[in-house]
Amino acid sequence: MPPRFMPRGPIEKPRDRKKVLIRLWSYIYAHKFMALGAVALTVGSNLLALLGPYLSGRAIDAIGLTKGGVDFQSVFFYCALMALFYAASAGLSYGLSILMIHLSQKIVREMRQQVFDRLTLLPVKYFDRHQTGDIVSHISYDIDTVNASLSNDLLQIAASVITVVGSLIMMIAISPMLVLVFVVTIPMSVMFTRYMTKKVRPLFHKRSVMLGQLNGFVEEVISGQKTTKAYHQEETQIGRFDKKNKEAVDAYYNAEYYGAMTGPSVNFINNLSLAFISVFGSILFLLQRISIGDLSSFVLYSRRFSGPINEMANIVSELQSACAAAERVFDLMDQPTEPEDAPGAVNVDEVSGDVKMDHVGFGYEKDKEIIHDLSLHAPPGGLTAIVGPTGAGKTTLINLLMRFYDPDRGRITLDGRDIQDITRKSLRLSYAMVLQDTWLFTGTIFDNLAYGKKDAKRADVEAAAKAARIHRYIMALPKGYDTILDENGINISQGQKQLLTIARAMLLDAKMLILDEATSNVDTRTEQQIQAAMRTLMKDKTCFVIAHRLSTIQNANNILVVRGGDIVEQGTHRELMEKNGFYAGLYQSQFQ
Amino acid sequence: MRMIFRYLKPFVPRMSLGLTIKFIGSVMDLLLPWILSYMIDEVAPMGDMGLVAIWGGAMIGAAVMAWLTNILANRMAAWVAQHTTEKIRHDLFEKISRLSCGQVDSYSIPSLEARLTTDTYNVHQMLGMMQRIGIRAPILLVGGVLITLTLDPVLTLVLVCTLPFIGVLVYSVSKKGVPMYTELQQSVDGMVRTVRETISGIRVIKALSKVDYERERFAGVNEGVSHKETRAGTTMALTNPLMNLFLNLGLTAVIIVGAFRVNAGLTQPGKIIAFLSYFTIILNAMMAMTRIFVSFSRSSASGDRIAAVLSAPTDLEVEPAEREDSPYHIEFDKVTFSYNKTDPNVEDISFRLRRGETLGIIGATGCGKSTLINLLMRLYDTDSGRIAIGGRPIKSIPEEELHRMFGVVFQNDALFADTIRENIDFGRGLPDGEIEKAAKCAQAMEFISALPEGFGHMLTSKGTNLSGGQKQRVLVARALAGTPDILVLDDSSSALDYKTDAALRKGLREEYSGVTTVIIAQRVSSILHADHILVLDEGRELGYGTHEELMESCEVYREIATSQMGEGRKD
Repeated sequence: MPPRFMPRGPIEKPRDRKKVLIRLWSYIYAHKFMALGAVALTVGSNLLALLGPYLSGRAIDAIGLTKGGVDFQSVFFYCALMALFYAASAGLSYGLSILMIHLSQKIVREMRQQVFDRLTLLPVKYFDRHQTGDIVSHISYDIDTVNASLSNDLLQIAASVITVVGSLIMMIAISPMLVLVFVVTIPMSVMFTRYMTKKVRPLFHKRSVMLGQLNGFVEEVISGQKTTKAYHQEETQIGRFDKKNKEAVDAYYNAEYYGAMTGPSVNFINNLSLAFISVFGSILFLLQRISIGDLSSFVLYSRRFSGPINEMANIVSELQSACAAAERVFDLMDQPTEPEDAPGAVNVDEVSGDVKMDHVGFGYEKDKEIIHDLSLHAPPGGLTAIVGPTGAGKTTLINLLMRFYDPDRGRITLDGRDIQDITRKSLRLSYAMVLQDTWLFTGTIFDNLAYGKKDAKRADVEAAAKAARIHRYIMALPKGYDTILDENGINISQGQKQLLTIARAMLLDAKMLILDEATSNVDTRTEQQIQAAMRTLMKDKTCFVIAHRLSTIQNANNILVVRGGDIVEQGTHRELMEKNGFYAGLYQSQFQ
Repeated sequence: MRMIFRYLKPFVPRMSLGLTIKFIGSVMDLLLPWILSYMIDEVAPMGDMGLVAIWGGAMIGAAVMAWLTNILANRMAAWVAQHTTEKIRHDLFEKISRLSCGQVDSYSIPSLEARLTTDTYNVHQMLGMMQRIGIRAPILLVGGVLITLTLDPVLTLVLVCTLPFIGVLVYSVSKKGVPMYTELQQSVDGMVRTVRETISGIRVIKALSKVDYERERFAGVNEGVSHKETRAGTTMALTNPLMNLFLNLGLTAVIIVGAFRVNAGLTQPGKIIAFLSYFTIILNAMMAMTRIFVSFSRSSASGDRIAAVLSAPTDLEVEPAEREDSPYHIEFDKVTFSYNKTDPNVEDISFRLRRGETLGIIGATGCGKSTLINLLMRLYDTDSGRIAIGGRPIKSIPEEELHRMFGVVFQNDALFADTIRENIDFGRGLPDGEIEKAAKCAQAMEFISALPEGFGHMLTSKGTNLSGGQKQRVLVARALAGTPDILVLDDSSSALDYKTDAALRKGLREEYSGVTTVIIAQRVSSILHADHILVLDEGRELGYGTHEELMESCEVYREIATSQMGEGRKD
């Protein structure tokens, strides 16, 4: 498990609290009867609990002050009532917890599904621009925060309000004079809490920042330890570590230095109240203005009264961060989805695979165009190769062909029809795709292979696996096609993964193919298998290949040379060599 | 755990003082309800207002004392925890720095990271908490029981009777609940994995229009998480209401028993009131102790994990041996090695390089290329066979001397969050000229001088703000900068385009010709001109010779070369 430090940072504030609350309310409102039940249970259990000290006071009064003077009947009566009310209160509060768990789980589950559903509708652009970790944290951490707030904080606020108001009323009923004690102690509580919030919060924030830095440093250095050893720089690294370590423990100490005040101070204010109540209570008792039982009740109420007030500051800040978390979740839910297909867009079914680009211009960012004026023709069965150094933006073309992105200018046609007038679904389904990052999901091999073809029969899948030369490997596994692929499951090599994705593409019998040839990290035999499988796959298809092999490049009908995101040259191998430009240099350099 | 306590030893005097102060503070807390009962039962009936005021003053005095001493003691505790943790963390980091690669493998890097971060953090928290609450809670518990005993032993018995119930409740609920939370955590991990999977495969999902399928898949996982959370929550929800119920029923029992005692003249009502206060104090102490117990068991697991690393034995000792006269700079003689000591990762490998020669090693991933480097640098010891540098067996060369001979770029090598210059220099204090020469030869000068801060440009951790090719060039510059005897480049030009790669090789030939070089590559073009080429497959030598020789003799090599470079090459 990764280290998880509670970020007790400065209070996060939502931008528009009202809007968030209204929207949160709509979730609760959808389960209004459960919510109403929860309110009723909260009020019930807290009121019952509040009766306890009053009854105990009555019982103590019934005991009286003198030997032999006990009114046993009243004592038993009040004690029986106490036991009854306490039991009823406990029962209600248990029922309340259960109800709240069910209610909050209903809401949270709904929110999670909504967020996920939204994710699947977002354009690819969103995923290119946002880090996976951030997105995951919205669906796990943020929703958890909202959940904790829904199931705990709201209830605690309701309970606190009832307890504070109820205790105050009871205390006033017992002795209005004695209540004056709180005129001194409550302002102390409030001032102390405000002081602590202001002073300590930034310190705790700094503490978690420093710890985060230490963690980052440790991760960096330990994973690079082999290098440190090779250059014999252990001492240097220890010195750097000591500095980070000192910063971290110092920040911890600074936070603790002030944090150490919280417990004793809250305790002190309670004790002070108790002392004042004792003194004035004794005086009132002397003056016979208060009975001993009332004094006892008062002491008990006073403890209940100050508890929630001390907690208030924490709850408020937790609510704030829950609102901020909810706002982030709602933001994600409100992200614009992929635009609807154009009105009148048609489903293409039988395509011949004739792709044309006509003066296409495109850039990921508005003022940074990377495809300027690209025109090309890929006839049915033709091979278009894309070459260039790593990281030069070779995937851009694929993004455009499959409409993960739309061009800014010009048009792309399939069989003479503008792809804007084709439904995205049918356009994408007319391509088979084998990318370099072989995507397999947690599931059986069969599910992974049949992923693109709904009612694929076992025989179809096996045929595809055979064509991809991976059938024999699968059959050698103990569970064959039912083997589950997951992170810590069977040991499957990169090359075999690639063969599996090729088999998946085989099953699609699409007319057009997008292929990334990169097969680094595989041994020679697998490499040959992959090449053979790819050749089978490419047969009779319009192919767009990110080329890594000279054989592919030399056979291509058309080569696009990409450099720094731009397409700089285009033509056949011979044309480009004759031109003696960037491509020719690239080609020659591998023999030098 | 004992090892952690040994770190506390130097702080024993300070801790004792802190604990004494804490003790005084806790006693003050306990005094208050006693004074209250004394006031009600003894002082008030005397009707002397002055006396009431004096005892009230005593209460305030005790409260102030408790306040000050507790804060002071807490701060002292924080100080001790701070200094102990700093020392533990330093020692642990130092020890980890000196572990051999084999030891690091057996612990695994994430585990070592967790020991340095989460585990030391847990220990830090525990050290603070033990000194603060760990002392206070037992004092309040025992002290509270003792004081109530002096007030009225029978009522104390009533009170003590409820404690086992609460103990059993907390124990049994957590015993049932904790595994449920572990399960819940696992299913949350599963959910996160599903989301990650979907995000990383979004192009495939959209291309195959499997959005509905993915939604259903997530709905299943989502329901699982909700179900587990409901179950765990429902179980834990018992604790609070039941605990409160026991507490309150105990109080009710105190009143009833108290009534009989008062009636018999054995006790006074003020004492009952005091009891009600002590009851709360004792109960809170009980709860704090269960919390401490949980936290202590977690941190002692952390402490043990830290101690395990600290007490690891030293690996890879220097074994003195005679130097032999040899015309070769590097010799591998029938070297065999296995990481897990079952299947050999490299087997029976021999080669000899003269000073200034270049060896190219080619083969698929996992065939043992990088293992040869690990053995050459003695990051691991061979199982059999002999490796020598300049005629000296490497086991006889002290680690520092051995490693100073090398300039090396490992596969996926590390860059640190520091300036480019620092990343090249890497703590060796090299002159600027040497760094610039290295950067030039590594073809890094062009992009470095285009940066506004040049060599002063800050890299992010792991160099994530550089492209793959730029990273490799900085790393090569680091390896060259010390003008090493031996240069090792493990797959360090894979992200360079052919042109840059060619320029780099040219630079090496011209500027660093006297350096014995070992190059590992996937691309034939990177090793084409090496003096010797070793073709590896599954740890064994498939061929050894020059490019021309291997094109004649080694079928696998010929296949690789043909598939990468085509037939088009005319010699």
